Amino acid sequence: MADLTLTQAEAHRATRLDVLLLLIAVVGLIAAPFFFYPIFLMKMLCFALFACAFNLLLGFTGLLSFGHAAFFGGAAYFTAHAVKEWGWTPEAGILLGLVGAGGMGLVMGFLAIRRQGIYFAMITLALAQMFFFFCLQAPFTKGEDGIQGVPRGYLFGLIDLNQPLNIYYFVLAVFLIGVFAIWRIVNSPFGMILKSIRENENRAISLGYSVQKYKLAAFVMSAALSGLAGALKALVFQFATLTDVSWQMSGEVILMTLLGGIGTMVGPIVGAGLVVTLQNYLATSPLPVTIVTGTIFMICVLIFRRGIVGEIQALLRRRS
Amino acid sequence: MTMIFGIPVQAFMGQLLVGLINGSFYAMLSLGLAIIFGMLRIINFAHGAQYMLGAFVGYLLLTHFGIGYWPALILAPLIVGITGMIIERLALSRLYDLDHLYGLLFTFGLALVIEGVFRYYYGVSGQAYTPPPALTGVVNLGFMFLPVYRGWAVIASLVVCLGTWLLIEKTKLGSYLRAATENPTLVQAFGVNVPLLLTLTYGIGAALAGLAGIMAAPVYQVSPLMGSNLIIIVFAVVVVGGMGSILGAIVTGYLLGLAEGLTKVFYPEASNIVIFVIMAIVLLVRPAGLFGKDA
Repeated sequence: MADLTLTQAEAHRATRLDVLLLLIAVVGLIAAPFFFYPIFLMKMLCFALFACAFNLLLGFTGLLSFGHAAFFGGAAYFTAHAVKEWGWTPEAGILLGLVGAGGMGLVMGFLAIRRQGIYFAMITLALAQMFFFFCLQAPFTKGEDGIQGVPRGYLFGLIDLNQPLNIYYFVLAVFLIGVFAIWRIVNSPFGMILKSIRENENRAISLGYSVQKYKLAAFVMSAALSGLAGALKALVFQFATLTDVSWQMSGEVILMTLLGGIGTMVGPIVGAGLVVTLQNYLATSPLPVTIVTGTIFMICVLIFRRGIVGEIQALLRRRS
Repeated sequence: MTMIFGIPVQAFMGQLLVGLINGSFYAMLSLGLAIIFGMLRIINFAHGAQYMLGAFVGYLLLTHFGIGYWPALILAPLIVGITGMIIERLALSRLYDLDHLYGLLFTFGLALVIEGVFRYYYGVSGQAYTPPPALTGVVNLGFMFLPVYRGWAVIASLVVCLGTWLLIEKTKLGSYLRAATENPTLVQAFGVNVPLLLTLTYGIGAALAGLAGIMAAPVYQVSPLMGSNLIIIVFAVVVVGGMGSILGAIVTGYLLGLAEGLTKVFYPEASNIVIFVIMAIVLLVRPAGLFGKDA
């Protein structure tokens, strides 16, 4: 989908600067709750992880899923239900969300990878919509009300997550682990094969790779990590509702990734931060958010396809 | 009272009719999607928004200008078609050389904006649209009462679908279109204005969505959100039918509408998802779709 990959040599040259930037970012995130509203920051982190997980599929495997809300929102429901109704600890609840979303990814991915390109997008969208209707009617999701008043509980039975700083650092830790996992996947031999599928699927097949298996594996990983983000969000906001499984949510994560830069490591994080901030601003205005997000979508596609981070990278490359 | 499978024949036929009505709109919309995809290689996500636009144009013509249903039946598709052509010229035509997914993303954004604008002015509640007197009332068919408008909608959509099919299969314009689908470069070399054909195709597709919208206005309520949920179902219809064949898109639309109606009779809880379930089964058994040629 995008020709944004750095060559190996360039990637190594960038490393020292990257480490420095990474350190600054991590220190900034650790200090952030003393300057900003923690809930807002945690919302950003959840969506940033979601967008990174989505980008694993779109940016690094070249598959556009229009149904990732099913994993994000589905995991939120699983975690909320386990924690609230079964009294599970937060970490067990999050694990259930992750595994549940991964399982859903296995089923949806198995069906969707049978077609390519535009059909793949339409199939994932339709399957996610099916899951939406399921959630609308299934008793455990509480229909239109959603699961409300989810307790945050004690992490490992010890750390009280109702303390704003405790939950913030927990969310930050999970976010960093999640992003690190994605970075490892992308830069592993497995990730190289995914990129080769993105660049030229037929050639990857002719080289003897069973492309379908790799696609499915990438789909499941992306789904599970999206689920991780959704599970976190359920704990942070203490509810899980239909909004998280709706097709609008699938569109939002695409927008975050597109705006930040498809196929870049930090792009989705930047995109998620911007979109969440924007939604925060527009929440009080009577203007429907969709007008603004839709306009950004069109502008990005027409003149800004590499996204913010992608454009900056291209600029730096041209300089050097 | 006569029964079919333990269900009163009235209720059974009633649901079947609802299915047929829904199927008519699925058919018209998937037909438009297939035509646009065939030529432009773009999945028109704005199709649902254009359907909504058609209904709203009809509603606004009636409330603001007193222009009734019959003129609106011509004007609404015309207006939606022309706006579609302008969008194609200004934006979509710049995306043809890129990955097809960008077309999907652009039209997705377009759909969000159109719906957002109408939601801003008209809220999310539906507005009623009364059909003309000639089309109100019911006829007794002996085994059931048929609302006249619904009967008209089914017949009219059949005529539109078949007419479009004939236009593409039997006329000179249609032969140009089909040729340009196969090999645009060669057709251009023969002196046919292919960019114009593309614009025209998108216009026709959008107009079909607009026509479906104005026809749907008296059946469903006119609301800014009427298109967005429908378009996802139509996507599933298109996956089931495969976009290779125009006739396939039409037939699949009606069949799935009927399947949905039948499900409402026997297992109402599943009626929302039955089309998606059918899609999943078709993907397992025949991934290319019922009428699809590509693997």
